[in-house]
Amino acid sequence: MKLITAIIREDMLDQVREALIQAEITRITVSRVSGHGRQVEERIHRGEKIVPDLIPKVRLEIAVNDSFVDITCNAILESAGKNGNGESYIGSGKIFVTPLEECIRIRTKERGSAAI
Amino acid sequence: MEINRTIALRHIRNWFGLLAFIATVMPNTAWASENKPIDSGATAWMLTSTALVLLMVPGLAMFYGGLVRTKNVIGTMMHSFAAMGIMSVLWIICGYAMCFGPNVFGGWLGWNTEYLFLKGIDQTILDAGVPEYVFAMFQGKFAIITPALIAGAFAERVTFKGYCIFIALWGLLVYNPLCHWVWAPDGFLFNMGAAGAIDFAGGTVVHISAGISGLVAALFIGARRGFPKTAMLPNNLVMTMMGAGLLWVGWFGFNAGSSIASGLSTAQALTATQAAAASGALAWMIIESWHQGKATALGFASGILAGLVAVTPAAGVVQPAGALLLGAFASGFCYLAINIKNRLGYDDSLDVFGIHGVGGIVGAILLSFFIRDGWMADAAKAAGGSWSVWQQLSVQAVAVLLAIGYAASVTFVLVFLIHKLFGFRNDTQSEMAGLDHSFHGERGYGMLNAG
Repeated sequence: MKLITAIIREDMLDQVREALIQAEITRITVSRVSGHGRQVEERIHRGEKIVPDLIPKVRLEIAVNDSFVDITCNAILESAGKNGNGESYIGSGKIFVTPLEECIRIRTKERGSAAI
Repeated sequence: MEINRTIALRHIRNWFGLLAFIATVMPNTAWASENKPIDSGATAWMLTSTALVLLMVPGLAMFYGGLVRTKNVIGTMMHSFAAMGIMSVLWIICGYAMCFGPNVFGGWLGWNTEYLFLKGIDQTILDAGVPEYVFAMFQGKFAIITPALIAGAFAERVTFKGYCIFIALWGLLVYNPLCHWVWAPDGFLFNMGAAGAIDFAGGTVVHISAGISGLVAALFIGARRGFPKTAMLPNNLVMTMMGAGLLWVGWFGFNAGSSIASGLSTAQALTATQAAAASGALAWMIIESWHQGKATALGFASGILAGLVAVTPAAGVVQPAGALLLGAFASGFCYLAINIKNRLGYDDSLDVFGIHGVGGIVGAILLSFFIRDGWMADAAKAAGGSWSVWQQLSVQAVAVLLAIGYAASVTFVLVFLIHKLFGFRNDTQSEMAGLDHSFHGERGYGMLNAG
């Protein structure tokens, strides 16, 4: 089992969700986070340009069985990388894949792969 | 508006009479002079009404702002606020001259050069005892809120520049002529039938024209990306409820202020307004509870609006029982219209046509059945004997159809040209990133983990 954590642009969430659902990955957790990478995003405040220290992003957490790792990662890679005009640019985010020791479904107390 | 009605010269029914009429009164206005005493009661109420109608615009910004997605909240609120800037400036420059000057171009518009920059009304007191500045500013507020209403139909998907150009041209070419036809003393709808097409505070001018224009624009620029598959839920219903509340309060200025007086007609309009808003809200709540099993807050707010929209043309002529029925009918028809819209699948995002268009039509037509006897008696006298509900109904229907036909066709030409020349619909990238980031460089809620 693996835990896939993806940090993506806010405005890519709809597209990534659509791609994941297409790949039959429907069990996910989404949270709004902010962070700092290489991207610089200007905002305007009373006529001055301001660069915030932290930029809002969306974090997806998806627990999968090993055979689904590539499917999930590919779905995210293909949907989260390009903006509406088909260009790729800095700030598209990252995917982290980490080993997952245990997974327990609270309602049934099932454990392991069956619970995912 | 009532004051126009009492002083307009009723015998002017034909083109030649009209020409003679204009010749005699130019360059002065038909119904104002410089030496009238100020009626401080009426003036105080009209000042209050002017402020109340302006209050509806931030109310509308909150109502619409809460209904869109988080990434579009600022852009959507700016649609209302931008109208306060653009339409006010245009109104002072030439809007008042186009609406309340004497007929030109065969009555398509009014025009009075004296009214440019309002310079000719600096010392004028209306026959109602109200300084003409107050009347001009009160009317100007209507010119702000009408295009702001349209913005809900194409919410979340237009460029800010295209929107600004659209409302400026729409105000000049759709609002001003309609306003002139319905409310100027020599407007042809004002003088149609025995005692004019009844549009007390703007059923045709404001709500039907905004509703139908929104529908045309929404159909022309197409649905939002992902509609209807992706759920597009309100970001802040609390703000929407506060906005609906402000609209209700502001509507007392809108309707009761349209009496241009502080007296009996004001009280009649005020009472009808409260009755229709309340019964509209209640009717929507009951219908929705029966149909969906739950009474939603947005449904209640929509019912308030449907009732208020329907009573807008009628506030001067219906009694409380009629207003209660009008509000309830409006909610029923609007609820039905929105259900049909959902099946047809076009994207009138915030239901401008479903509420303002349908509610306005329901109000303007059905009011014929609830007119108080005194008004009908006066109309019969003016018509020289008898005047029936059905005759008034036909006058109302003609006014509604004209407003629909005119607003729809001019709006279509406008959105087509603006989209070709300046880009009205935004591109996919700016739509995905949201109006706030793409056109304003800001975010609505906080700088960090905003919801």
